[in-house]
Amino acid sequence: MTSGADLLRVEGLRITFSVLGGNVEAVRGANFRILPGKVTALVGESGSGKSAISQAIMGILPTVAKVGGRVLFNDTAAGAKPVDLLSLETDGSEIQEIRGARISKIFQEPMTSLSPLHTIGNQISEVLKIHTDADKAERRARTEELLGYVGFGNPKRAYDMYPFELSGGMRQRAMIAMALICRPALLIADEPTTALDVTVQAQILQLLRELQSKLNMAMLLITHDLGVVANMADEVVVIYHGDIVEAGPVDAIFRNPQHPYLKGLMAAVPHFDMKPGERLKALREVPVKAGTLLGTQHVKKAAGPDVLVSVRNLCKTFSTRSSGWFGSGTTSRHRAVDDVSFDIRRGECLGLVGESGCGKTTVSKILMRAVTPDQGSVTFDDGEGAVDVLKLDGAELKALRSKIQMVFQDPVSSLSPRMTVKNILSEPLEIHGRGDPKSRVETVRSLLQAVGLDQRFINRYPHSFSGGQRQRIGIARALALVPQLLICDEPVSALDVSVQAQILNLLKDLQKELGLTMLFISHNLAVVDYMADRIAVMCSGRIVELAPREVLMRNPVHPYTKSLLAAVPYPDLDRKLDFDALQASGCSDQRQWGAQFSDGGEENALFPADLGGGHYVLARKSADARELRP
Amino acid sequence: MLRYILWRIAVMVPTLLIISALVFTIIELPPGDYFESYIAELRAQGEGVDMEQIESLRQQYGFDQPPLLRYVYWVGGMLQGDFGYSFEYELPVSEVVGDRLWLTILVSFFTIIFTWIIAFPIGIYAATNQYSWGDYGLSLVGLIGIAIPNFMLALILMYFANIWFGTSIGHLMDQKYLSEPMSWEKAKSILEHIWIPVIIVGAAGTAGMIRRLRANLLDELQKQYVVTARAKGLSRTRTLVKYPLRMALNFFISDIGSILPAIISGAEITAIVLSLETTGPMLIKALQSQDMYLAGSFLMFLAFLTVIGVLISDLALAVLDPRIRLQGRSTK
Repeated sequence: MTSGADLLRVEGLRITFSVLGGNVEAVRGANFRILPGKVTALVGESGSGKSAISQAIMGILPTVAKVGGRVLFNDTAAGAKPVDLLSLETDGSEIQEIRGARISKIFQEPMTSLSPLHTIGNQISEVLKIHTDADKAERRARTEELLGYVGFGNPKRAYDMYPFELSGGMRQRAMIAMALICRPALLIADEPTTALDVTVQAQILQLLRELQSKLNMAMLLITHDLGVVANMADEVVVIYHGDIVEAGPVDAIFRNPQHPYLKGLMAAVPHFDMKPGERLKALREVPVKAGTLLGTQHVKKAAGPDVLVSVRNLCKTFSTRSSGWFGSGTTSRHRAVDDVSFDIRRGECLGLVGESGCGKTTVSKILMRAVTPDQGSVTFDDGEGAVDVLKLDGAELKALRSKIQMVFQDPVSSLSPRMTVKNILSEPLEIHGRGDPKSRVETVRSLLQAVGLDQRFINRYPHSFSGGQRQRIGIARALALVPQLLICDEPVSALDVSVQAQILNLLKDLQKELGLTMLFISHNLAVVDYMADRIAVMCSGRIVELAPREVLMRNPVHPYTKSLLAAVPYPDLDRKLDFDALQASGCSDQRQWGAQFSDGGEENALFPADLGGGHYVLARKSADARELRP
Repeated sequence: MLRYILWRIAVMVPTLLIISALVFTIIELPPGDYFESYIAELRAQGEGVDMEQIESLRQQYGFDQPPLLRYVYWVGGMLQGDFGYSFEYELPVSEVVGDRLWLTILVSFFTIIFTWIIAFPIGIYAATNQYSWGDYGLSLVGLIGIAIPNFMLALILMYFANIWFGTSIGHLMDQKYLSEPMSWEKAKSILEHIWIPVIIVGAAGTAGMIRRLRANLLDELQKQYVVTARAKGLSRTRTLVKYPLRMALNFFISDIGSILPAIISGAEITAIVLSLETTGPMLIKALQSQDMYLAGSFLMFLAFLTVIGVLISDLALAVLDPRIRLQGRSTK
């Protein structure tokens, strides 16, 4: 490891944040290197200090942070001498010349990272304005050229668009263009794909990979996703609570992990090759004692009809109106849910998978009666007679509400910050008039025990809990009324991998012990694969394929399902993503699907075709089963 | 967008009609009318009352008609530019208000400029140097500005202006120019006097605006896009001006809606203490003596300015913020 060959060397880096009541050491003496033209991945959980390191390199740490150590930047391509970035004056001209030009950064959340008031062209060409002498016309030309290169179909038009007019994936492409327009020697990508759908993630990773090798640029890839690491990295640095626990070439790290944290991390990721009944090993397992909870009640549930919820021909159309400076506004109608039918059987977990915007959350809201569909029916039958969910009102609706409960995606905003855990958990009991104050406290205690939280937490407020603990409170709240059906809308998307395993195991155990029926909504196929008995795949408001879990995973028929599966990055060096097979236009484009699956612009041309064994696929009526098999 | 503007203007009509009905009802609510209080006043002074003259005035102005009809006359007159007759001043309302309106607008205009010039740099400084001594010191000054009653500040300033600069007490100009037509001398005299009410009226507004600008800017400075801009290599000042400051301006533009009516009605107390020739004291007097046309016209004028102000701020927001301009409104 000679300093001449390294593009960037971090030596003894310490970062301390001074907060109320003392100092917090975010990074403790980190050492690592970044080779020119290679991808170095920095892996760790949230709060491990990985983002602080990247901010220290660029000198954009918040003012409450104190930095020690050295960050040597040896930019031979620009003919500069090695320089210690930390010794440069804060916001001085030297560091400002490096920022954006020689070292640039892309951020996790492409919506908030771009100013909503300026066009993307303005924001990208601004980098050229700062660092080059190019005149206005040249800046525009260069920006448009790069926009075209990163995947904008019409760069001239894209230049004058605002970030909110673009999808998440396109925003991230604009962000990449902004970072690369000066051809930096080092690109820092801070969780560049975490906020994106799995198919879009694959496209962005492909683009990054391509640009990285084309520009011969080094990249520091910060992520918690080992699948992304396996597909992108040349070298890996693992950070745990501010300490670098392992570093080396990607082969050595993946094939022979040494540190227990890294081993634990690898065991905590759900993957497609899990044997039936195999459990994820959460880094910190939560013991579940649901037995104390409602011990007698779930026995009764064994009785009753086979199908708990039956959804038929749901449709919901949203209309958006947009208007220009002159003339009439155009009203566009968007079919969020389009003729969706499925059954949820008693005691099973039905997975609902799809990209964002495919209508899966709208379906769950219709089941909860939060959104009224245009047509269709939802029948709920818990053995006390079938009821039409959409026609209920008054006392009957209130009674139904206690039978269907929901776990939300964001554990921060779904709990009121002004209520204690006791208030949060006893509120549903109060609304439905269950028990007296004393018995409610008893129920709250057993709920806390059921989700593995200490009973001493009963009077605390949500802010004193971690993300995973908050999600367990959310689950406990959903269980308070002993629901028959639990709808989980992306319950682990906002959580770290290690915590994700813990929550998934908890839900699984609760389902088994309480005999719960679950509708599990997620965009992450691996997670759904771990949880669900049957899986429905949704695309553009329609269910395109529905099959038992193992059938769908091993033998997918619909091209959309196939491309979804192909886009999942495996944390396995021998199964890298096949970037060439990715479809550039996105896989929800019907034209790519083949004649038997696309409606060709006709209404009502597609029907679910039965392939046997509970395997349905949306196809043309004329197509027969043999034609659909690959 | 053109459609939006037209729609907004069309909506103003029913809004103003509802307000006019409310104003008329409120003025009608107290028992009696101007003539009754006039008669009572004359009798108290021991003077004879010419009942015939009063009766003819009553008929002339339709006070013997039912209220609904009078409301229609009143609104119809205003639409033709006839704001009615002030019994107190025995002049048409438009002539009574006339000069005072322009002086009021002048005072308010200077007040707004004063507020902006002082509040902007201080607000920005306080936000970018949060929790520094400067921030604390300026915040303290601002809080004092909010807390001191206007009339007290008025008395203090008037006293020192008289002692130090020899400015005559009260009024917006030297008394000798009061009824004279506009001249250079009169304009100079107005400028000599106007800074006192401007500072007094502006003090509280400035302090409030500093607090709001500071709070808004502090929110924006935490945002991710500020970090992005710095990661591009943009200097701190240019980052501040181009991104967070621009975002923080939205509140400022929404404020225009409430500034316009405050121009006319604001600072009555200060105006009375300083005996300024503005409209505020006149409004209060008209309400006291049930001079219904004068009071009614005033209130309608305030309502009109409010509606216009909100319209202007909405349009300005649409121009400045692409999210408001371009984002389609979704309907459930």
